[in-house]
Amino acid sequence: MNIGWYLAVSAVVFCVGAFGVMTRRNPLVVLLCLELMLNGANLALVAFSRMWGNGDGQILALVVMTVAACEVCIGLGMIVAIHRRRLPIDVDELRELQG
Amino acid sequence: MSTTTYGWLVLAFPLLGTIVIGAGYKTFSSPAHARAAGWIGTAAIGLAFLAALGCVFSLQSHAPHDRQLVSSLWNYASTAGVDARMSILVDPLSVFMILVVTGISTTIHLYSVSYMDADRGFARYFAYLNFFVFSMLLLVLAGNFLLLIVGWAFVGAASYLLISFWYRRSTATKAGIKAFVINVIGDIGLVLGTFFLFKHTGTLDFLKAFAAAPHVFSEGEGDVVAGCLLLLVGAFAKSAQIPLHTWLPDAMEGPTPVSALIHAATMVTAGVYLIARMHPFFELAPAAQDVGAIVGAVTLLVAATIALTQTDIKRVIAYSTMSQIGYMIMGVSVGAYAAGLFHLMTHAFFKALLFMSAGSIIGAMGGEQSLQKMKGFKRAMPFTFACFVIGGLALSGIPPFSGFFSKDEILLVVGERGGWHWALYVVGYLGAFLTAIYTFRMIFRAFYGDPTEPARELEGGHLYHAPEPTNPANGEVEDTDVGFPGPTHAIAERHMPMRIAMSILAVGAVGAGLIQIPNVDYGIEKFLEPSFYGSTLYTVHTRDGLLVFGLILGTLLGLGGIAVAWRIWVVGAGRPATAMQERFKPLYTLFVNKWYFDELIDVAIVRPTAMMGRFATGTFERVFVDGAIVGGANAVVRACSASVRAAQTGLLRYYAALLVLGVSALGLYFLLQT
Repeated sequence: MNIGWYLAVSAVVFCVGAFGVMTRRNPLVVLLCLELMLNGANLALVAFSRMWGNGDGQILALVVMTVAACEVCIGLGMIVAIHRRRLPIDVDELRELQG
Repeated sequence: MSTTTYGWLVLAFPLLGTIVIGAGYKTFSSPAHARAAGWIGTAAIGLAFLAALGCVFSLQSHAPHDRQLVSSLWNYASTAGVDARMSILVDPLSVFMILVVTGISTTIHLYSVSYMDADRGFARYFAYLNFFVFSMLLLVLAGNFLLLIVGWAFVGAASYLLISFWYRRSTATKAGIKAFVINVIGDIGLVLGTFFLFKHTGTLDFLKAFAAAPHVFSEGEGDVVAGCLLLLVGAFAKSAQIPLHTWLPDAMEGPTPVSALIHAATMVTAGVYLIARMHPFFELAPAAQDVGAIVGAVTLLVAATIALTQTDIKRVIAYSTMSQIGYMIMGVSVGAYAAGLFHLMTHAFFKALLFMSAGSIIGAMGGEQSLQKMKGFKRAMPFTFACFVIGGLALSGIPPFSGFFSKDEILLVVGERGGWHWALYVVGYLGAFLTAIYTFRMIFRAFYGDPTEPARELEGGHLYHAPEPTNPANGEVEDTDVGFPGPTHAIAERHMPMRIAMSILAVGAVGAGLIQIPNVDYGIEKFLEPSFYGSTLYTVHTRDGLLVFGLILGTLLGLGGIAVAWRIWVVGAGRPATAMQERFKPLYTLFVNKWYFDELIDVAIVRPTAMMGRFATGTFERVFVDGAIVGGANAVVRACSASVRAAQTGLLRYYAALLVLGVSALGLYFLLQT
């Protein structure tokens, strides 16, 4: 199959993720969308890897998954912490770092 | 052993003494071992003296033209164009100096063992004193300009440490700081002068520089004159010549043996040594020589007039030292090298002796130094009296004591130069007359008349101690618990080491002049000649009527001065002095206030500097540094951050959007590039 299809799917997944990150207000959903973006990138990596007949891209995809798992751990932990302190679960409300 | 090995040994012993005493400070602080520090220090200098003797004898075995020996241990700094090595120059001039320094130092260490006995800082004292001797020997043995500067600065530091040795006395610490600051001015002069000479000769090594001097400089050339004038600044500061002399009288705050060693016999003569050592340059710079001669003459006269009116016994001797060094500086500046150095040697003997005798009287007075309170010690202290009179006669230039030969020798050469030097000749003899007056003023005031309380007690066999120990300079009550200075005092009549030291110096003060008797032997002149082979001024002078005239005039003036002092202080019991003070009141005020040099320096230098300092902190720093530089930078940063602060909304989604946009823009850019 032509590599273009894989890349198209990857781009679509990435864009859906990016759009979600930019528009959604629930941090949980923002995290989910982030994962989508990462997986879009992973898909592209694996597709290129296959095209060149080279394992490097797949290894990198595995590393990205590990990093994503770590990120989710921290992200979820933070959401739980926010919830425990009875703060709003809304990224627009959590804007104390404004200049 | 070779000659230079002896030279290295001379340096090694005092350094070793310093290290041993300094490292064993804890051990020597305990009363059981306290004396050991003194004996180690004395032994170290004694051994150095023996090595110096070895130097002399092995040097004399060389042919006269081979008597300038250089030895280097290692490279000190060897970079492009600089050839500084750790090297010493052993020649008759440096050997002469190390003999004087180690010889006098040995007796003074011996004296100190008793004099400082009760002082808690005993070990510290000897470590410093050994360090001083090492520095001084380094100064005179240095084979290049770099080591000379190192020795020069070390000597200043040692002087500072010893002047403020009794650091619980506020007057002593102030005097130490003053001495150090003025000495550093001299150091700067020496360093800058060295640069001027190095620029043309291209070498730091003495012998190479001296050999190159006549080829690279023409006589009276600007750079050599400037270099020599700057060297003179160094010499004046170290040797307490006007206007850099004010530290010397204040340096009398140090223990008396320190005054004897550093501020009379050795360190303050470093300027004389410097001029004699640098004679190949000075002879190319007649203007600098004239400046040296005139300043020396002015100093000798001014110091003598001040000495006439001072009442602190140590300060009188200090001004006398200044005055005598004025003779030496004048001598070596007009080319009387041998005579100047000869006077340096005889002066070391009799001035150290005078200081030691003064120390003995101060001990008997319970630390009091004012001549106004001393009277009638003649019967109570016969030994001290004899030593003081011998020193006084030598200082006044009465034959056959040593000062008689050396002072007249200088003035003879000054007279032989002719022209305006006759003025210096007259000033020199006027100074000689005043010298005799102030010297015997001291003797007659301290030893004659009705015995005072301390003298009577001493006649009865009891050493007087003040009911409450006070600082003689300002009357502050002293802290004797920590030994500042020792709670008990020492006098020569009771302590053998002091007597031995003073006896040796007394023999020197009487007999040292015999080394060089005109028309009989020219011991010093012949010995030093190999160091001055290139000199145009160093000649064995033809003796004529001027010599006999000078000797007779010197004797008459000395005896006349003593007679005047006798008339005023013994026959008139001081009343004529009071009458004269009334009659010549302005002159007396001028002399007793030391010609207002301290005030002059205060107004001319200290206050403008302090004012500049206040301007710098008050105005410059507050307005310019704090206001413009610091405040300006602050304002710029604030303004910039205010402008970008709007971008920091804190909205996560906004940041994400920016990120995506940015990355997209970058991607687009690269896509378009390709």
